[in-house]
Amino acid sequence: MSSLWALIGKRIALGILTLFLVSVIIFGSIELLPGDIASAILGQAATPETLAAFREELGLEQPAVQRYFAWLFDILQGDLGRSLANGKEISEIIANRLGNTVFLALFAAAIAIPLAVTLGMIAALFRNSIFDRMINVSALSAVSFPEFFLAYVLILVLAQSGLFPSLSRIDPGMPFIDRLHATFLPAMTLTLVITAHMMRMTRAAIVNLLASPYIEMAYLKGIPAWRVIFQHALPNALSPIINVIAINLAYLITGVVVVEVVFVYPGLGQLMVDSVSKRDVTVVQSVSLLFAAVYVLLNLTADVLSTLVNPRLRRKR
Amino acid sequence: MERLAVLRTAPPSAIFGMVMVTLYILVAFFAPLIAPFGESEIVGGAYEPWGEEFLLGTDTVGRDMFTRLIYGARNTIGVAFVTTFLAFIVGGIAGLLAAAMGGIADQLLSRLVDVLMAIPSLIFKLLLLTIFGTSIVNMVLIIALIDSTRVFRLTRSVAMDIVVMDYIEAARLRGEKLPRLIFREILPNATAPLLAEFGLRFCFVFLAISALSFLGLGIQPPTADWGSMVRENAALISFGDITPLLPAAAIGVLTVSVNFIVDWMLHRSSGLKD
Repeated sequence: MSSLWALIGKRIALGILTLFLVSVIIFGSIELLPGDIASAILGQAATPETLAAFREELGLEQPAVQRYFAWLFDILQGDLGRSLANGKEISEIIANRLGNTVFLALFAAAIAIPLAVTLGMIAALFRNSIFDRMINVSALSAVSFPEFFLAYVLILVLAQSGLFPSLSRIDPGMPFIDRLHATFLPAMTLTLVITAHMMRMTRAAIVNLLASPYIEMAYLKGIPAWRVIFQHALPNALSPIINVIAINLAYLITGVVVVEVVFVYPGLGQLMVDSVSKRDVTVVQSVSLLFAAVYVLLNLTADVLSTLVNPRLRRKR
Repeated sequence: MERLAVLRTAPPSAIFGMVMVTLYILVAFFAPLIAPFGESEIVGGAYEPWGEEFLLGTDTVGRDMFTRLIYGARNTIGVAFVTTFLAFIVGGIAGLLAAAMGGIADQLLSRLVDVLMAIPSLIFKLLLLTIFGTSIVNMVLIIALIDSTRVFRLTRSVAMDIVVMDYIEAARLRGEKLPRLIFREILPNATAPLLAEFGLRFCFVFLAISALSFLGLGIQPPTADWGSMVRENAALISFGDITPLLPAAAIGVLTVSVNFIVDWMLHRSSGLKD
């Protein structure tokens, strides 16, 4: 048992180290800028005086290491700084949008995960059937066609008839059902994209597992098929399935950017794209850090969970 | 002749893929000959319907959609190809070096790539685009740099399997220098998986460029590009017009085709029968 906890402790420590390094990269990439942010933003028209004033406002005269730690500790206290474009508090700009994006992602995940895992398992059990082939084809198309294609096809099919709105406008005080209705199309787009990935990966994980010698042994011993699957295969299948889910939830993070833009949904992805074209470095920096942190934490959680459910690690030696 | 005989064993999906890819390449090369109008020439009113003069109608400012679709093949595929090529030069050479040198060099490169890959790639690309500004050259360099980390991972793991073979050991004992060891001994045996990865990586790069152009941060009008064409004309979709979907479909068909070919190649080289 203690070796299991040691393993998990090690993984968590690695996760924290990764988070730290990611924050260094996100902070450090801005230092890569030829010249500095001040001259990049003000452009060539800037006089030396305005440049100096702006540098001081940004605190650029301090060494990078010192600024990094100041930045990091501010963030840990929830202070993300101010937007360069309009001077508003970034944490205020983000707060609402973060909720919206999380809502959309959870909506998509709540449909996609059960659907994909079930379909993937069925495909693995009935390998090379028509159903299995259909899953392969749909997975390939989902990987190949851009997200915005899928989104517009859905708009064409479902929004044309007036069933669902093609612009996902939502207000803070909106009732839950109305919210679901307004975000149905973007959620459906994301669901379709990740379901295909997830199905295929679940299928691969289970096919791999069913090919292992101990499953064949169980069959040869004469154990009925349902017991082989539920008692022997499933406990070992859990950890690859958890990994599959985590990878695809992480994929949602990037999928959300394009989908939010198509449906003009007021989320973090849309904010990020707007800020990139405005070159609002501080906002992009904060949103990137947020997305990257979620990504790292998702992977960390998946690894810890799959270690915990792995029967071979749980048993005492 | 033997090579041609191999082609005959290709499954229908791979044949479809090869025909489509050839078609795209031809269109890209001979764009000015096929296209009825100039790339950014304004030839009529905005949003003219499909018809004799304008095969697929015109776009928001009156440029011929069919012409732009053809030039889009040239621009989008060309930019994606150059980007993938750069990613392979950087990632491939670093991966081969890491595998051949081993030790500290390998550790340093591998850990650096681990950290870079811990940031979701689209987010990282957007961050770097903000810092360096949006332009085609910047986009190509940024995507190439970030995707080279993925190329590095694969090249290194392929090369690692080769480096432990006896003939590499023999070459080392013969006193072969590092460049020769990499390019004459390791690389020839790594071409099959690397070629397959080139196809797949091209698809990812192609989709990434289309996504950025769609977001208005990649290839900009008046240069014809499939991603930005969808964005420019998206308004038509709410009127039930499918024209803006055509460039998006063109993207999808090319990626599917490349995937078909790569699948067949991998299947052949691995000998897997699943």
